[in-house]
Amino acid sequence: MVAAGNFHRGPMDDLLQDFIAETRETLEALSGEIVAWESQPDDRARLDAIFRFVHTVKGSCGFLDLPRLERLAHAAEDVLAQVRDGARVPDRALVNAVLAVVDRIGEIVEAIDAGAALDDSGEELLIAALAEGSEEIVLPSPVAQRAPSRSVRLGVDLLDRMMSGMSEMVLARNELARRLRVGEIDPAVEAALERLSLTVGEMRDTVTRTRMQKIDALFSPLPRMVRDTAAGLGKSVVLQIEGSDVELDREMIEVMRDPLVHIIRNAIDHGIEAPAERRAAGKREVGRLCVSARQSGNQIIIEIADDGRGVNVDRLIQKLAASGIRGERDLHALSDAAKLELMFHPGLSSKDTVSEISGRGVGMDVVKASIDQIGGRVELDNVPGKGLRIAIHVPLTLSIISAIIVGAGKQRFAIPRQSIEEIVSERGEAIRIDQLGGTPIATVRDRRMPLLDLGHLLELCPDREQHGPRMLVIVGAGAGSYALAVDAVHDNEELVIKPASPAVMATGIYAGQTLPDSGLPMLLLDTAGMARVGGLDFSRDLSAAFGDVIEEAAAPGLPALLFDDLDGVRRAVPLAAVDRVEKVSASQVQLAAGSHRLAIDGRIVPLAMQGQLDGRERLSVLRLKDEDAEVAYAIDEAIEIVTLPAEIAPARSPGAAMGVALVEGEQIEVLDVLWVFDMHVDRVAAEDAPLCLLAGDKDGWLATFVRPLLETAGYRVAGSLAPGETPAVILAADAAELGPVAAPVVRLRRKRQAEPGDDSVYRYDRAGLLFALEARVGARGGC
Amino acid sequence: MAEQLYLIAEVAGRTVAIDSDQVESVVDIGEVTAVPRAAKAVRGLAALRSRVVTVVDTEAALGLNGCTLARRAVITAIDGHHYAMLVDTLEDVEPFELRPLAGGIALEGNWRNAARGLVERDGEPILVVDLAALVPASALLS
Repeated sequence: MVAAGNFHRGPMDDLLQDFIAETRETLEALSGEIVAWESQPDDRARLDAIFRFVHTVKGSCGFLDLPRLERLAHAAEDVLAQVRDGARVPDRALVNAVLAVVDRIGEIVEAIDAGAALDDSGEELLIAALAEGSEEIVLPSPVAQRAPSRSVRLGVDLLDRMMSGMSEMVLARNELARRLRVGEIDPAVEAALERLSLTVGEMRDTVTRTRMQKIDALFSPLPRMVRDTAAGLGKSVVLQIEGSDVELDREMIEVMRDPLVHIIRNAIDHGIEAPAERRAAGKREVGRLCVSARQSGNQIIIEIADDGRGVNVDRLIQKLAASGIRGERDLHALSDAAKLELMFHPGLSSKDTVSEISGRGVGMDVVKASIDQIGGRVELDNVPGKGLRIAIHVPLTLSIISAIIVGAGKQRFAIPRQSIEEIVSERGEAIRIDQLGGTPIATVRDRRMPLLDLGHLLELCPDREQHGPRMLVIVGAGAGSYALAVDAVHDNEELVIKPASPAVMATGIYAGQTLPDSGLPMLLLDTAGMARVGGLDFSRDLSAAFGDVIEEAAAPGLPALLFDDLDGVRRAVPLAAVDRVEKVSASQVQLAAGSHRLAIDGRIVPLAMQGQLDGRERLSVLRLKDEDAEVAYAIDEAIEIVTLPAEIAPARSPGAAMGVALVEGEQIEVLDVLWVFDMHVDRVAAEDAPLCLLAGDKDGWLATFVRPLLETAGYRVAGSLAPGETPAVILAADAAELGPVAAPVVRLRRKRQAEPGDDSVYRYDRAGLLFALEARVGARGGC
Repeated sequence: MAEQLYLIAEVAGRTVAIDSDQVESVVDIGEVTAVPRAAKAVRGLAALRSRVVTVVDTEAALGLNGCTLARRAVITAIDGHHYAMLVDTLEDVEPFELRPLAGGIALEGNWRNAARGLVERDGEPILVVDLAALVPASALLS
């Protein structure tokens, strides 16, 4: 018996529960399809439904780490793909085998949910039965074993009713409070009201949470998935995630999950090139993928950008034409945007070989369909050879945002906090407002930016009353920032934003509407929309944006100290390893016992160097520290701190250089700090170091000559055992006679040549001795 | 021909009939939040219990110059959004038979777009209006 799946308890738990619930639900819905398919195996719609099911299970398993389910689903998917392509005929044996796999998936899912173990014997048979020409298998009647679940699935309608009931309650509470405060109020009533308010507030938060979820729920499994997917393809990809705290309707999150996974897998599989190809194209070997979410107007925009090869539109056309779906001439006649949209054509994959990662027929068309279903749209931004950016615009059905309430005239408006950079008073220090050819501009410290007056923009009466100086809200609007002058900044509130009617949205400056506790509706301003309506032009900034976004995704470099070494070579050392740089006198350095040592701070520190001291009187040393170990590294002079690029060409063999990095066009050797430590640290045997017992050391040769070597290599050495001690290995002199031993033995021999069958080590072969010791200790499983 | 329930109301000084299927409820509107820069017909937003509705000035929507002072409104849902259509007075709900407009009648302004036919009450012809046609910009955006 084995555990049903090796999943991890923890943050993935929610996802797992979702997966279980979803699979269960699909299976229920599918049971009819399955029966229908059984009687009519050539029914394409039924086949597609079952295919989608196993495909989805396979996809989910990939990032939930459920290899057993994945294997089953993948096997079934393969066979169904063959049927779809017409390569196989769905005979009775095949149908049975597929159904057996589907049933098995259901059983495993139930077992995972129950935390029960499920025998995995027979799964090989199930998979084998899928092969062509195999015997028909007998379908076992599935046994439903369902454990009570801690989560339930509710209809969205019910949640909506709960939400609006909650809002009513808040308003009723406000009304009650207003009426009570008209007259004298009994402290007891006041206290009761206070308690009611508190409870209502908490309830509202809870109820809201039932509907809303941070998009993080969608993003958190991505790092793992990207890593695994990339690793499976021999690529390396850096993932950057932004905007995880944007909140989205749970319903939308559910719908977005599969498309997002699919797009990302596609990006890694088809978009980002293999390291060699990237190098040849002059790109960094590490591919970059940026997934971000932000709110813009009445939409949430989820963007997936990669710096891969982009989409080869001609290739798409060739493939579609070859498959005979549409004529090549027709396709060439399409507009560029329409050509690019062909990537959503059903049954198209821009790569010829089918890989496990992105699947096959179920491709971008399914992604498009899911997004269409929720009224979203997809925008593509393709730069062949440089990358693809897919922006999914999800309509905002409902969202909770943190907003700043500002005033213009007598009216209040909300601005999403997320788009606000800072708020300053127009009379503040370092703030200037000028007219530049009739256009107002604001200079906030050293930043110059366009200025929009909210009152003017909204066409409120120009002679509206103003109290004191205006406030400048510096907001970001996509490509650029501008200052929005408002009459007042009121407060900060969490608001439930709902979409406004088309008549209101037509103005282009609102992102939605909300009903704050005051009971008076309020409008949420769309900062990008206001910039557009206000005639601000950020297109100059925008032209460079595509490159910039990719550029920003760059892994941060490694800060390093650049120095001239004793041997005249310029090298770099990672700054994190350098404790400090000091000047010392040459008299503090002694060459003793084969290595240089530096007397400093009343201690002796090993001194590493490449090159010679050459009779210098003074020299600089890098004090390198790693936990308890310390080594000084002699240099000629420290130069400056630089940032090393993310990729460092690795050295071919271990040594003083870990690799070569490009610093300002110059190839700089990067010092391998670990190697320096390894070579120079004075080893002090730790308590738990393996114990090496010296046996038959009559003449004291072992204790005198071999012992220091062993200690340097990290062994504890003893001539006799203390009570209760057991040696990890016994080092025996040539002719030593050993009693009954409970440890592996390494013998030293005096003669250089070994007799046949003799596994002893020549007594002057230091490397051989250490190797033999290590091998014996290691074979015993260490100590 | 089957009879259908119509709500008889007065809009811009004229009596009109509204298909009761379009009417969700009839309410008195409280304080209205203005929507700057919106079309003239958009009076603003009002809260109806926990729901926010877009208040439509029917006179402006009909292309008339007037600006109704009415606070009474017919609530209607169009494409998932709720609108409060201001009406001067509400008279009655009665079943009528929808008849086509007689040929040659040319209605002025936006009345033409909103008209769906007429009903006859004690010999008096009453214009049947489609509220959806009075909601600004909805057609423009679709």
